[in-house]
Amino acid sequence: MGIVEAKNLVHEYITRDEEGNVEGIQVALDHLDLSVKPGQFIAVLGHNGSGKSTFAKHINALLTPTEGTLIVDGLDVSDENHVYDIRQRAGMVFQNPDNQIIASVVQEDVGFGPENLGVPTEQIWERVEQSLKSVGMWKYREHSPNKLSGGQKQRVAIAGVMAMEPKCIILDEPTAMLDPDGRKEVLHAVHKLNKEKGVTIILITHYMEEVVDADYVYVMDQGKVVMEGNPRGIFSQVDALQEHRLDVPQITALAHELKNSGLPIPDGILTRQELIEALAKIK
Amino acid sequence: MLRDITLGQYYPADSVIHKLDPRTKLFGTLLFIISVFSFDGLLGFGVITLFMFGIIYLSKVPLSFMVRGLRAIVILLLIAGALNLFLTPGQPLITLWKIVITKEGVRNASLMTVRMIYLIMGTSVMTLTTTPNQLTDGLEKSLRPLSKIHVPVHEIAMMMSIALRFIPILIEETDKIMKAQMARGADFESGGLIKKAKNMVPLLVPLFVSAFRRANDLALAMEARCYVGGDGRTKMKPLVYEKRDVGAYAVVIVYFVIVVLVKSLL
Ligand SMILES: Nc1ncnc2c1ncn2[C@@H]1O[C@H](COP(=O)(O)OP(=O)(O)O)[C@@H](O)[C@H]1O
Ligand SMILES: [Mg+2]
Repeated sequence: MGIVEAKNLVHEYITRDEEGNVEGIQVALDHLDLSVKPGQFIAVLGHNGSGKSTFAKHINALLTPTEGTLIVDGLDVSDENHVYDIRQRAGMVFQNPDNQIIASVVQEDVGFGPENLGVPTEQIWERVEQSLKSVGMWKYREHSPNKLSGGQKQRVAIAGVMAMEPKCIILDEPTAMLDPDGRKEVLHAVHKLNKEKGVTIILITHYMEEVVDADYVYVMDQGKVVMEGNPRGIFSQVDALQEHRLDVPQITALAHELKNSGLPIPDGILTRQELIEALAKIK
Repeated sequence: MLRDITLGQYYPADSVIHKLDPRTKLFGTLLFIISVFSFDGLLGFGVITLFMFGIIYLSKVPLSFMVRGLRAIVILLLIAGALNLFLTPGQPLITLWKIVITKEGVRNASLMTVRMIYLIMGTSVMTLTTTPNQLTDGLEKSLRPLSKIHVPVHEIAMMMSIALRFIPILIEETDKIMKAQMARGADFESGGLIKKAKNMVPLLVPLFVSAFRRANDLALAMEARCYVGGDGRTKMKPLVYEKRDVGAYAVVIVYFVIVVLVKSLL
């Protein structure tokens, strides 16, 4: 059984007017099926408004399904008794680095989660040290978050989740507001946690470059999973991806165009090196 | 301009005052404020002056930092001083044309000014030697008994510490929006009060929208990290009294008794 299992998951946002009458229904998740095995690095791709954030909030029990089921580490998110267990086991990192840091000192922010869980003081300090070290932010422990770069703030936010000792971390477009350097920093930290600590990662993004190293990729559109497979398999379907309004990485798009104009190049080229090798073989 | 606001500024140094428990400092500051508003006569003035400068010396915070806090209230001081000086009825001291300065006026004005200055300086000793988080922790723990009568002490303390975290962010954002509007020809400087206030609208609207969005995001982020209020929480830095706190309490109480004695003896 997977750590995250979504079956026929439906979520409807209902907007009401002032008297409480239903004004409109927005179906954000439309019979979504998805499964994540423990220790995997999963990427979820999708255009704006495809329902990615809505799905992420379900895994963290911030939203509950309208229909269907979602099981996180054996617990049903619809069961109110499990809400805090689920939030501890599946931590969430949000898009805006400023709006998720609560304390004015880095280490105190990382301690916020364990404090809420009622962890004894000494263990809080151990956890804070370990998690800050695991994202390479230990030497900034005394700093004010306001003085950090976007990438550093996002790593502090990840450390804050790690300190709760989750089995799974969901990152909802963690790099959307960062510069290219910050983006690399954060991805590096996330991959390291996945490899060294075995934490399951669900990375939500609309940057295709970020999913190249994932174990498995889901593509969402209009609340449904429309494509799934390993990165190479997904990237070999350039036309389908563009149909779902996703930008294919430049290298992959270039290889695709070259192939279409008659060069014998395989599908699903992901890196510059691969394209160079493929081109070198042609002669 | 906006960057000059230094709320909750902390001056790091290795001093006895810095090391005191925030509750001790809160208590001391409270007694000091009461003494400042109840002292009388030159001898009383001497006692509180000696005490305050003694503490400032021990805190190792340069005097210039304390004085900086006064700059913000100079105008207020001048107005209040002038009002007291010219409008207090009593025995005339100097008469210039229609302006009468009375003996009581001089007394009131100087007392008022000293009290305001000492109030600001006394509280800055506390804010300069205590981090905002220590301060809110101290408040929370000192006021905990009030939660029995349903005062939301933990929530208030949490709100204060979040406000302290977001004030610099919002100030920076205001600066940014102002510059963006100015680049498009907005004018925040000229015109009368009403015109100025009107010109602020395009600044305040985006600021409020953004503040509400931030509040919404933050609430979600806190919930995601299992925050459910104060019950069942542990502390990363629990407050524990040390020997020096006992000493400090004794010093403050002795000081207060002296001020009261001086007042009642004269
Ligand atoms: N609080 C809400 N109320 C109503 N509709 C919403 C709300 N949040 C999101 N939606 C709608 O649900 C759909 C999916 O949104 P979201 O999950 O945020 O997508 P994504 O994260 O992929 O951009 C969008 O059409 C959006 O307009
Ligand atoms: Mg989103």
